[in-house]
Amino acid sequence: MSEVKTPPDSARPDPAPASSGAAGRPARRRPPRSPERRRQIRRNTLVGWSFILPNFVGFAVFTLVPVTAAFALAFMEWNSFSSPQWVGLANFQRMIGDENFRVALFNTLFYAGGHIPLTLVAALALAIVLNRKIRGVKFFRTAAFFPYITSLVAVAVVWNMLFNPTLGPVNQFLEFLGVTNPPGWTASTDWAMPAVIITSVWRDMGYYMVLYLAGLQTIPEEYYEAARVDGANAWQRFWHVTLPGLRPVTFFVVVMLTIQSFKILDLIVVMTDGGPGRSTLVLAQLIYREGIREGRFGYSSAIALVLFFIVLTVTVVQFRINERGKNR
Amino acid sequence: MTVLPDAASTGAPPRAPAAPLPARRPKGLIRKAATYVLLTAAALLVLVPFIWMISSSLKRNNEVFTVPIQWIPTEFRWSNFVDIWDRIPMMLYLRNSAFLAITITFLQVLTGSFAAYGFSKVHFPGRDALFLAYIGTIAVPWQAYMVPQYIMMQEAGLTNTFWSIILLQAFGAFGVFLMRQYYMSIPDELVEAARIDGLSEYGIYRRIMLPLSKPALASLALLTFVNTWNDYMGPFIYLTSNELWTVQLGLRSFIGQYDAEYAMIMTGAVISVLPIVLIFLLGQRYFIRGIATTGLKG
Repeated sequence: MSEVKTPPDSARPDPAPASSGAAGRPARRRPPRSPERRRQIRRNTLVGWSFILPNFVGFAVFTLVPVTAAFALAFMEWNSFSSPQWVGLANFQRMIGDENFRVALFNTLFYAGGHIPLTLVAALALAIVLNRKIRGVKFFRTAAFFPYITSLVAVAVVWNMLFNPTLGPVNQFLEFLGVTNPPGWTASTDWAMPAVIITSVWRDMGYYMVLYLAGLQTIPEEYYEAARVDGANAWQRFWHVTLPGLRPVTFFVVVMLTIQSFKILDLIVVMTDGGPGRSTLVLAQLIYREGIREGRFGYSSAIALVLFFIVLTVTVVQFRINERGKNR
Repeated sequence: MTVLPDAASTGAPPRAPAAPLPARRPKGLIRKAATYVLLTAAALLVLVPFIWMISSSLKRNNEVFTVPIQWIPTEFRWSNFVDIWDRIPMMLYLRNSAFLAITITFLQVLTGSFAAYGFSKVHFPGRDALFLAYIGTIAVPWQAYMVPQYIMMQEAGLTNTFWSIILLQAFGAFGVFLMRQYYMSIPDELVEAARIDGLSEYGIYRRIMLPLSKPALASLALLTFVNTWNDYMGPFIYLTSNELWTVQLGLRSFIGQYDAEYAMIMTGAVISVLPIVLIFLLGQRYFIRGIATTGLKG
């Protein structure tokens, strides 16, 4: 699979569809709109829409409309027992004084700050180690990918048991290594979030490893040869050939990981349900509690809007950094 | 069955074998051994939770937590796998999960590939702007609009029915995106030639694109199936009656009720993972390829 483009630039006019077998000849200027050409465009539009429509109806009703509604709801006061009212920025003012929101925001940042770099490093390390031609490498790749396809409830319950403070295998192992007072993990307010992060890194690294493996295949062997001829050792080859070659993949992985980290919800609901206390309460969970459990639609949508803007800002910054890196 | 193409098959010329130096042979062997030791250690680290899950599911409840850890049960209690069907309506949960996963996968693959053809091979004004709207929603975290979705479903009276989950998940942008990525790699000349031969657009889709995109269809189907099977939040929010529960919800509530029956809980966990493992091992190639496709950039 070669030429796969990022979403095309919509400002560019489409090349005129070859109606009379003029394929391959680039149109230098837009041909004058003859009636025949207009008919052609209309026919294409109808045909194109007929393909898109079945999916689009569902997509528009169940995704586009809710996304748009979420933006509007953020500026309204609406509970399950009253009619919606426009209140402007009141929801956001309330958020500033809401301690649950502050805790959830901090925990979300904590989670993202751990999950993004650790998953990236683990996935890259796995990909580098498994990108060689040795017998049995396929088995190891499959093993690394296994956690990703395992059902979430199974993952959560197994890790909860592994992390059991007194009898769990994790702490037994730590004691064996000579740690005298191992952490209480999911039973302690300080260690619950690290436990969730460890579990999620273990779960996601195989997925991103696959992306990195695909990226490693695109680096030409000649580059390594040239580096060897120049006397570069393994570390220098990694630093000057592999990492720059993986730049596009790394960018994609970081963006995906960012989006994924900030919306973390399911693993936390199943593993700790935000506890102990509020130590693992994250933004997505607060949105769920306020909106679906408490029926405060307006306020929860305002929190959702904040979450969306955080993700958007971080992603835009990443795009900027990536652009600058490319031009260097 | 290869999972991923190896670096050697990507068109790099085969390297001339270096003249073997006798002094380097043992070193090469040691290196190879070291690599395998490293790999095995890493694999063990990744697989420990699975090993523990399977071993615990074959123990008595009071044998799960022991000091020191017993990795291999003293006696295998296969009866756990018989007893669990009486403890919770496992069959019902499995049926519900399978029904949802199959229905959603079918709709997603069908409508997604159909729409992807319109987005990649038919040129009409406004097409790319529309596609950007699709892509844009992938970047919006689902959690940001789950509340409006919930309100809509409540108004329509569809909460606590399978319809809510099916309608919300069958028309995602992801399927369209993945299939379009693949169709873009099929040369336009092929489609043009078919047009000149007088095939209608629907004919081209059915007779040329679908057969050519079997691997991509398989990838999308597998990814969707696994995601739906493993989905927790959707059923958790929408399905309240026990007879509609999926395996994930059933297992979660079982843990809530009998939190000391460790072995039984692990048995349930193993059963919930088994179907996915089987499907994954059968279609592993397509799975990996599908994920790699989403990461490709021209």
